[in-house]
Amino acid sequence: MPFFEAIRLALQMIRAQKLKSVFSTIGVFIGVTFLIGAWSVVNGMNRYMTEKFAGTLVGVNTFHLRRSPNVNFDVQDSVWRSWRRRPRIKFADANAVTKSLTVPVVTAWYSEDRGSVEYSGKVAKDITLEGTTERYFDIMNLTIGDGRPFTPQESKAGTTVVVLGYDLAHKLFPDVNPIGHNVRIHGIPYRVIGVVERQGNLLGISLDKFVVAPALSPIQREVNPPGVVDALIVKANSEPEMREAMNQAEAVMRSRRHLRPRQDDNFAMETSEGVLDFWNKLSRILYAVGPGLVGIALVVGGIVIMNIMLVAVAERTREIGIRKSLGARRRDILRQFLAEATALATVGATLGILTGIGLSVLLQAVSPLPASVSPFSIVLGVVVGGGVGVIAGVYPASRAARLDPITALRQE
Amino acid sequence: MTALQPFRTGDTPLPDIVILTHKLTRDYDMGGEVVRALRGVSLQIRKNEYVAVMGPSGSGKSTFMNLIGCLDTPTAGEYWLNGQKVSDLSDDELARIRNKEIGFVFQTFNLLPRATALHNVELPLIYAGQPARERREQAARALTSVGLGDRMDHRPNELSGGQRQRVAIARALVNQPSILLADEPTGNLDSATSAELMQVFRDLHRGGQTIVMVTHEHDIAAHAARVVTLRDGVIATDQLQAA
Repeated sequence: MPFFEAIRLALQMIRAQKLKSVFSTIGVFIGVTFLIGAWSVVNGMNRYMTEKFAGTLVGVNTFHLRRSPNVNFDVQDSVWRSWRRRPRIKFADANAVTKSLTVPVVTAWYSEDRGSVEYSGKVAKDITLEGTTERYFDIMNLTIGDGRPFTPQESKAGTTVVVLGYDLAHKLFPDVNPIGHNVRIHGIPYRVIGVVERQGNLLGISLDKFVVAPALSPIQREVNPPGVVDALIVKANSEPEMREAMNQAEAVMRSRRHLRPRQDDNFAMETSEGVLDFWNKLSRILYAVGPGLVGIALVVGGIVIMNIMLVAVAERTREIGIRKSLGARRRDILRQFLAEATALATVGATLGILTGIGLSVLLQAVSPLPASVSPFSIVLGVVVGGGVGVIAGVYPASRAARLDPITALRQE
Repeated sequence: MTALQPFRTGDTPLPDIVILTHKLTRDYDMGGEVVRALRGVSLQIRKNEYVAVMGPSGSGKSTFMNLIGCLDTPTAGEYWLNGQKVSDLSDDELARIRNKEIGFVFQTFNLLPRATALHNVELPLIYAGQPARERREQAARALTSVGLGDRMDHRPNELSGGQRQRVAIARALVNQPSILLADEPTGNLDSATSAELMQVFRDLHRGGQTIVMVTHEHDIAAHAARVVTLRDGVIATDQLQAA
């Protein structure tokens, strides 16, 4: 029997026994759906984490000198409490570190908190209030869409000027150009001098709801205790220079804090790499657990298919006898049942691939993750699905092929 | 009694002898006890003979039928079909012989219930490796020739017993086999339909088809030109009769 004939027969059989076929494909279906879906999610998260998340939070070739790491996911309570007991980063610390760095770097102070911003009766709540120095815009790649950033003079003098995030600007000034108008933060008026271009969102959180004011302006009272910054941001030109700057900064901080050689740093220097550490840990787990789950689903699917095929062989013993009496050879019968099992699994795999793609499209639509389906995972899905079918089909098919035609024909 | 070719082991049958069995023996091992179903059957059937094989149950006629139909292999003895010694062929070679040389008609029709009449008739051609279009045409012709040209897309359960048996005959003949092997072909038919079927067999016989029919009904056997009776695994009688 030609191969094509076997496939046609298998599809006929599947159509004739819809319910049974549905059940037997479910295992493979779930396995492959999960394979495609999970693969695309993990891949998407991976890309997202490396390209956007870490870059946005910290920046390339940049480190943040802070009291404790800003991005942390699996910290024990005791560690957390010890972080809380650490001394804060003072203006003087920031200045001393900046002065002592010998590699070319750009630095900025950074402090933040959440608060409200008002303009003529309108209140925007839950806005990130940022107190920074003038180079902050360069370091974080914040392009000013309209107006200008604040000058070093304004920064040093602590002038009451602000640069608005895109969303905030549009909320408070739906139909006026905000430049030159005064917004109020905790009752104090600040003159709007610029609006930052749209940044989009991160994990679904808008990156455009912020105001930036000079760190020494009255905003400092909103964001931190007197004389304290959240972070000194240091951006170098290259990775090695950043490492060198980190070493120098560490040395300066250790001597200012009078730490003995045995003592640990009581401050943190956070890089994008550090942020990614967490993610790498998580993705390692996902990559390890994922295939296991997929494997279990496929094994179960394979066993279900094998059972269905064994039942099919038993039910169709007479058919096998008839076919043999008409000249079917062992290999014809073998091929027929193998094709059926493989077709079942492939149908399941195909549905699984479609559902997996559907899931990842859905995910992309409702979440910020770029959950792209990789072609490789589709190929893998088809191969794995078909493979499960073949493996699950071999035993029932060989039982069918070995049937004695006389016995098979006698079967009612 | 027809004249036998004097046959010894090592000989080859004459060209016009379609079936030749020589001391055909078949033993079954039934849990340690050997049942001797056939104890040396020597029989020759010429081209275009119409032979009925009779015998009470346990006479070995089913065993004989299975051996003639290449569904089983003998314990000892020789079986020549259409000039080819088939008694010592492998499984796959036997499958090929069943496909090319033998057309089966069973008591229970043995049609595939889920397949249409046309597909049922196509089956032997599928295993013969015929291309789809040719095969469909050939199957359609075979169905038309048994008067079922308008029932091709019906499934067996949409056909009467007589129609089913005619589908089976179309299927048996679609590969132009050397012998038509009928096993109690009227066993599941009423007498009117049986008579019709016997008419179909007579026409086929007139058209040159060799027919071997196993039956236990004397009036059905009466349609054949020659009646072979088996008893206790050997040939008891072998008689020609007037048509």
